[in-house]
Amino acid sequence: MAFVDLKDICVSYDGKTNVLEGLNLQIKEGELVSLLGPSGCGKTTTLRVVAGYIDTKSGEFLVDGQNYTKVPVHKRNFGIVFQSYALFPHLTVKENVAFGLKMRKMDKATIDKKVAEMLEICGLSEYKDRLPKQMSGGQRQRVALARALVIEPKLLLLDEPLSNLDAKLRIQMRVEIKRLQKKLGITTIFVTHDQEECFSISDRVAVMNGGVIEQYDTPENIYAHPNTEFVARFIGFENFISVHKQADGTYKAQDYTFKTETTGKDEAKITIRPDDIEIIDEPSSLNGVSGIIQVRTFLGKSYQYEVSTPIGNLIVNGDGNKVYETGQDLNLRLPAHKIVLV
Amino acid sequence: MRRYKGLTIFAILVFAFLFIPLFIIAVTAFGSEPTISFPIKGFSLAWFAKALSSESFKKAFILSMQIAFLATVLALIIGIPAAYALSRYSVKGRKFIKNFFLSPTIVPGIVVGYALFQFVIIKLKMPVFEGLLLGHFLVVLPYIIRVVGGSLEQFDYSIEEVAWSLGCNKFLAFFKVVLPNISSGIISAFLLAFINSFNNIPVSMFLSGPGITTLPASLMSYVEYNYDPTVSAVSVLLMLATIVIMFIVEKTLGISALAK
Repeated sequence: MAFVDLKDICVSYDGKTNVLEGLNLQIKEGELVSLLGPSGCGKTTTLRVVAGYIDTKSGEFLVDGQNYTKVPVHKRNFGIVFQSYALFPHLTVKENVAFGLKMRKMDKATIDKKVAEMLEICGLSEYKDRLPKQMSGGQRQRVALARALVIEPKLLLLDEPLSNLDAKLRIQMRVEIKRLQKKLGITTIFVTHDQEECFSISDRVAVMNGGVIEQYDTPENIYAHPNTEFVARFIGFENFISVHKQADGTYKAQDYTFKTETTGKDEAKITIRPDDIEIIDEPSSLNGVSGIIQVRTFLGKSYQYEVSTPIGNLIVNGDGNKVYETGQDLNLRLPAHKIVLV
Repeated sequence: MRRYKGLTIFAILVFAFLFIPLFIIAVTAFGSEPTISFPIKGFSLAWFAKALSSESFKKAFILSMQIAFLATVLALIIGIPAAYALSRYSVKGRKFIKNFFLSPTIVPGIVVGYALFQFVIIKLKMPVFEGLLLGHFLVVLPYIIRVVGGSLEQFDYSIEEVAWSLGCNKFLAFFKVVLPNISSGIISAFLLAFINSFNNIPVSMFLSGPGITTLPASLMSYVEYNYDPTVSAVSVLLMLATIVIMFIVEKTLGISALAK
């Protein structure tokens, strides 16, 4: 049975339009699940429903079989970390971390012991008497994490916790979060709009759009097999080509035939990442198309070409070995195992 | 620097314009002549003695302090939650309410005083002290709501939300997390409100009663009939008191706490 269970959650801010439209989400114990999507897709709203900051219009929210739908925030015992860290500015690191334990009326010795342990785990022991403003962004984020974890929460909720950090620190911190989460075995919901961050850290990913979950699967499956055009676009697919299914199971776009690994609807779209299109010397009759380079963009490791073909403009990343000029003819091949049908 | 020379001179002129009258008042307080004159011909502390021994000034001073203190504390008790509600929740007509609370600072004091006189004394027949207190409370409330509201605009409410998640109920979180972080705003609001109440003349004039009047109002009526430097001496004493208070604030909190 699922540890966390969101059933048909509807949320509306103004009473008319729904921000969440019957959202369903199941999370197993100890799992780290990401909510991924563009801004306004409802991912933060979902997290705030779980945290208890927003009332639901309808639906149920269960944790460990217990109904939490109407439980007030301060009785939920969930740890939460915000993008802005939200440390208590008037308290030292130690006092920040001890705050939740003091609220639980523990005796001083127990609090001191637990706080010291948590500071040690998060590598903050030497900063325990500093005020938040005397610390760097990464350190503050670790304090926020320690403060959320020390209360031994049932759930850990992370709302874009890495967005305010610079690129290098972000990678370091996400490894740190993953390490702590696995070590303590805390079921975690992680909200992000960054697909790389989300894929690297999550056990499962829920891609959200317009208040519903479009796809909920492991990062590997989502990366290789997006279900919908929205998911595909969001995780880096380009080159959407409308196709029509033939009697033999291949797909046809105008006069070009494409073989795919799976088949689906009669009218569909095929899509492929710019990296996965091969540039070949001789035109290929199957899964091949030719066109003229319109625009060339330098990406660092290689060039990207926008190629105009009879089936539409295709974005192709070169392999870095050979450079082509604008206006040149290019023969392309779309390998069957890289094509995704949406 | 040369580019700003004109501005420097202008600033000096403004300062001179502000401070020379104060300086002249301070000097006249030490004069030996029976009327206010400048420059003074002899040195005397008699006017200070007279000011300090005057029963009516003493009573007025104590009343002013009481009224200013009580009105400010009351306004804080009502104003802080009001400012919090206005900034935290999307109250309907929030902009209108905000402007409404600013209105007593836009409406001329004399009008506010007269309106309160009509309502408090004529309609409600309130006792003088309570009437004065209510009047001053209404005068200072906008300052509290504006200044504390300004502080709350800077406050990151996710801090409060984290406190809830750590087991604080909303009431406790307000005291443990919100209040400590807007303390500088509250102190500024307190000082601003206190000074405004203490200095207020129009409302006090209308709401004063026989034998119950605030210091500025009694100073006003004193200079109507007397032209001796007692008023100068009182002014010097008030200035000194203000300087001492500002000095204490600076030493304990830092003036920058007020500027925040």
